[in-house]
Amino acid sequence: MVEKMNVSSVLDRYFLEMRQDVLKLASAFDRLRAGGDGESVKRDPRVVMLREAIGLLGKDEADLARRVQLVFSKPYDQNWRDSK
Amino acid sequence: MYYIEPHIHMVSRITDDYVRMSRAGCVAVSEPAFWAGFDRGSASAFSDYFRQLTEVEPLRAAQFGIHHMCWICINAKEAENVSLSREVISIIPEFLGRPGVLGIGEIGLNKNTRNEVTILEEHVDLAMKTDELILVHTPHLEDKYEGTRMILDILGGDSRIRPDRVLIDHVEEHTIQLALDAGFWVGMTMYPVTKCTPDRAADMIERYGTERILVNSAGDWGPSNPMNTPDFIRTMRSRGHSDDTVSEVVAKNPLRFFARAKGFNFQPPASMRFEQLEDSTVP
Repeated sequence: MVEKMNVSSVLDRYFLEMRQDVLKLASAFDRLRAGGDGESVKRDPRVVMLREAIGLLGKDEADLARRVQLVFSKPYDQNWRDSK
Repeated sequence: MYYIEPHIHMVSRITDDYVRMSRAGCVAVSEPAFWAGFDRGSASAFSDYFRQLTEVEPLRAAQFGIHHMCWICINAKEAENVSLSREVISIIPEFLGRPGVLGIGEIGLNKNTRNEVTILEEHVDLAMKTDELILVHTPHLEDKYEGTRMILDILGGDSRIRPDRVLIDHVEEHTIQLALDAGFWVGMTMYPVTKCTPDRAADMIERYGTERILVNSAGDWGPSNPMNTPDFIRTMRSRGHSDDTVSEVVAKNPLRFFARAKGFNFQPPASMRFEQLEDSTVP
């Protein structure tokens, strides 16, 4: 059985890194806005994916890393042998 | 702690990296054949590359007490050229019997195209005929989920495949369980921007355990860090995991998997040896 950290240990260790990662995202979105043309930013599919992924983080739910990965993933078609 | 680096492209790294890895406790590396940053123009170019993998790198590594092993294939990106790929596949058998050659890899998909699938299947067929281990590259970024599922479909549809002789590499949070549930070995790659970090790898160990899981740095010609595997060791220790647990991932699992290869020729240090590895033994 592999041991896990408790909540307090996770926060003690990772809070500052998490804070930094949030600031990195926030500043990147500020850069987007500073780039002008807000409507084209909103429509860019990469921004749509980013906002969807970030929206997941705001939920108090499980399995976030896997779900964020799937936001950024092309879908799988079980009939790919016919379509490729 | 001694460790094995199961996936690194030393042909693209300077010798200083062997020095650093040796200092950090690396005793062996496994180097898959890969895309060298440009599309090669001929099968003879691949033949020279395979000679570099099987003749030159073992000597360079040995200067620093590191045992070098390798894999042979034409990688997924260059597999888009089907005619060249078939020429390269035809010369692979010349290299399979060489000391230190662990099997066929890293085969797989890149952009999940029909040509890539064709060449992947032909590599798999060769591996089944020659009874070799297989190392699989799963695509990067947005192509990884689709590509991994396609790869699992291909392997799962071939009754000759033994999952315990296949390693699905570069798994991440959305693909690791798919590969483990199908019975394969998996590798987690710690690589800037496009793949995991040591912390995320540690998270997945905590979630899925250590069975059939390896970690690697996949150091290559891009910005990458051969010290990511020692950094994983440090991360796990700092989280309170025992050296036994960490050693399972960075030493014993690579030995367990690689020792199944006909070309496995590594004598691990005494502290890394253990009595039995299921259906294979470490000398």
